[in-house]
Amino acid sequence: MDWLTTVDHKKIGILYLIAGGFFFLVGGLEAILIRIQLMFPQKEVVTAQFYNELITMHGTTMIFLAAMPIIFALMNAIIPLQLGARDVAFPFLNALGFWTFFFGGLLLNVSFIAGSVPDAGWTMYAPLSGTQFTQHHGTDYYVIGLQIAGIGTLIGGINFLATIINMRAPGMTFMRMPMFTWASFITSALILFAFPALTVGLAALMFDRLFSGNFFNPQTGGNVVLWEHIFWIFGHPEVYILILPAFGIISEVISTFSRKRLFGYSSMVFATILIGFLGFMVWAHHMFTTGLGPVANALFSVATMLIAVPTGIKIFNWLFTMWGGSIRFTVANLYAIGFVPTFVMGGVTGVMLSAAPADYQYHDSYFVVAHFHYVIVGGLIMGIFAGLHYWWPKMFGRMLSEKLGKVTFWIFYIGFHLTFFVQHFLGLLGMQRRVWQYLDGMGFNNMNFISTIGALMMGVGTILFLINIVITLRKPKDCSNDPWEDGRTLEWTIASPAPEYNFAQTPLVRGYDAWWHEKMEGNTAMTPVEPIGPIHMPNASILPFVMGIGLFITGFGFMYSGEWGTLGFITVGHAVGIVGLLITFGCMGLRSLIDDHGFHIEEDEILKDQGVKS
Amino acid sequence: MSSHSHVEDHLPHEPERATLEGRNKITAFWLFLGGETVLFGTLFAAYLTLRNEVNGGITGNELFSFGLVALATALLLTSSLTSVFALQAMHAHNKKALVNWLIVTMLLGLAFLGLEIYEFVHYAHEGHTFTASAFSTSFYTLVGFHGAHVAFGLLWAASILFQLTRRGLNTTTAPKVYLFGMYWHFIDVVWVFIFTVVYLMGKVG
Ligand code: HEM
Ligand SMILES: [Cu+2]
Repeated sequence: MDWLTTVDHKKIGILYLIAGGFFFLVGGLEAILIRIQLMFPQKEVVTAQFYNELITMHGTTMIFLAAMPIIFALMNAIIPLQLGARDVAFPFLNALGFWTFFFGGLLLNVSFIAGSVPDAGWTMYAPLSGTQFTQHHGTDYYVIGLQIAGIGTLIGGINFLATIINMRAPGMTFMRMPMFTWASFITSALILFAFPALTVGLAALMFDRLFSGNFFNPQTGGNVVLWEHIFWIFGHPEVYILILPAFGIISEVISTFSRKRLFGYSSMVFATILIGFLGFMVWAHHMFTTGLGPVANALFSVATMLIAVPTGIKIFNWLFTMWGGSIRFTVANLYAIGFVPTFVMGGVTGVMLSAAPADYQYHDSYFVVAHFHYVIVGGLIMGIFAGLHYWWPKMFGRMLSEKLGKVTFWIFYIGFHLTFFVQHFLGLLGMQRRVWQYLDGMGFNNMNFISTIGALMMGVGTILFLINIVITLRKPKDCSNDPWEDGRTLEWTIASPAPEYNFAQTPLVRGYDAWWHEKMEGNTAMTPVEPIGPIHMPNASILPFVMGIGLFITGFGFMYSGEWGTLGFITVGHAVGIVGLLITFGCMGLRSLIDDHGFHIEEDEILKDQGVKS
Repeated sequence: MSSHSHVEDHLPHEPERATLEGRNKITAFWLFLGGETVLFGTLFAAYLTLRNEVNGGITGNELFSFGLVALATALLLTSSLTSVFALQAMHAHNKKALVNWLIVTMLLGLAFLGLEIYEFVHYAHEGHTFTASAFSTSFYTLVGFHGAHVAFGLLWAASILFQLTRRGLNTTTAPKVYLFGMYWHFIDVVWVFIFTVVYLMGKVG
């Protein structure tokens, strides 16, 4: 019950981690089924229809329901701590964001039970996603489920932005902000400007499907390339929404375990901003083959290649951070170091793809699949693993097993490269993406076999990671404030896990890497800017949870408005939908009409936490 | 003034910024409006792509009549002005004037919405239904999204009105009034673009 009503950002972080982790397993299972289908030529392990459903749900789940939420988990758990803040700007909205994401994701996956699963690819290209080619409800689940989940993402983004702008501890100027928080800041800005485009795209596709609109229906004047533009003007920034926080994590982990200040901090900040900006300029590199014309293709080619510059800056800064440092090969650092060459490879294939004429060859081949998995799995997922190992003690008060972690890392890392390295060559040899079967004798057999073995290894790695978590959960919570002993930022100055109010006294920040700065001056604690006193906290609330359920019911009802018969003058589906909306709006009304003043944590309780007798 | 409570006499000049919560809300709302700009920008882009795809049906030029739209525009622009008066009243800590100007703003918004509904019904009778063509679908979506924003704004204003009368003007209610003012101006600006891109360009270009 506590978990359903919590508005504590650290607990919400854990909720995001559990839900995102769950969807990661679902998406991983889908991936393994895909790879098993492709293990041998011309086999039918799964039907063609189910295969289409698998690739669609795999991509959608991994991006929207696994990767983003796990990033949000770390952002929630860590950002306020790195800022020296007691809370996020909007604790209630934060909870609401989680629950809308959760119920949106649930709705998407209910499609498996309902028997009409999205099957037009995670990009939902029109007209394939229109009623002409997809009569069943698959696409409806996609547009409505993602719309609801998207609300949560947008709320989260705005919340982090406001938190970072307004709630930094005294002395924490923007140019003293830890890199992870910086990256999250830019990511949140990208969310703010990218997600509304998706909102419109999903709404338009929904209007086409549920109310016979004509946005993307060529027969009535609609335009299918319009969908691609809208999708990718969201979709390209989205890939940077995913990768920037990973960059942030890598920066923290590498500098901590090299026991050195991050090399070129200000150029890192600059590069992050530049990548964020360029992210919006290059969406059409996903559409070179749609006939935009040579001028547009050339411009978008060049713009895309430009992204390699700030990315390169980052890579070199990480290398220079390690250079001459006393490096500790903890599991977190293994993932971070493993990340660097892997991501470089993904970047190189990206630059290859960005040459428009060459892209005519690579496009929709396995080369593209290899490229984006190198950046997303080799970049983002490795970043997430690094971050989880690094901050696990701060989130849970216990260390993950380093021994088991190292085994896991190697199995996962080798499995990853086995899976995706060969796919570059499969693509160059002409194997198309999204095919259900391939013929024997095309020269594809061995590499597909290897790829599947690699995927199974990654599956084993993931299971080992879960085992590590289970083992760790049974250890006592005995981590010190700064369990790595080389912590540099504010989160390592308070207990692990952090108390409800984070900082008993708001700290004074006197330099970049605030905690390291104090340690170097021989201090054992931060200088507080206020005496210990009662701390104001927001009340827990069940409303966000109920609002999530309301939206879930609404989506479900409207989706089946045509099928469940009528109830007087209104269809049953619509009636259900309206009931859901009333629940949600009713909660909104309650929230705005009932005064909620929160409560105070009293001084003696805080002193007790600090180990002082009052 | 009799409606002034004890607290209100001690309200700071800008009560909406007096608390961290209020300042957070204002920051977040500016950001939110940035997102809304993308939302409407995308809708405009879609409309501009599709506005000549009439599928053998009615064109904008045949459809739009200026009188109605001009009246609606005048109403909405005026309501923006009255919302400024409401804010000024708030800064003068004059709750009564604040409430009154809010009511005037809402009435103007309501009238605008009424005209829009009348316009839509009228167009539909002319055969310009939501499903008629890509032009009609994108038209109703763009203008309808704006209309839905107006409707939401009215509900929001009503809830603020209720809180003002029940709890008075304080550092909790003041930010809400301020945000509503920002929202209402934003809606107004979007309408100016709709007026230009949809109606003016539909008639002329
Ligand atoms: C130097 C950086 C990068 C460059 C130059 C680049 C370039 C490209 C290009 C040109 C394509 C289109 C290929 C085609 O469909 O024919 C592409 C696809 C893709 N990229 Fe990248 N990319 C870069 C980094 C990233 C990153 C960081 C991510 C994710 C975190 C990413 C994720 C993707 C995805 C998901 C696709 C395929 C989308 C689909 O068609 O389903 N890329 N990239
Ligand atoms: Cu891209």
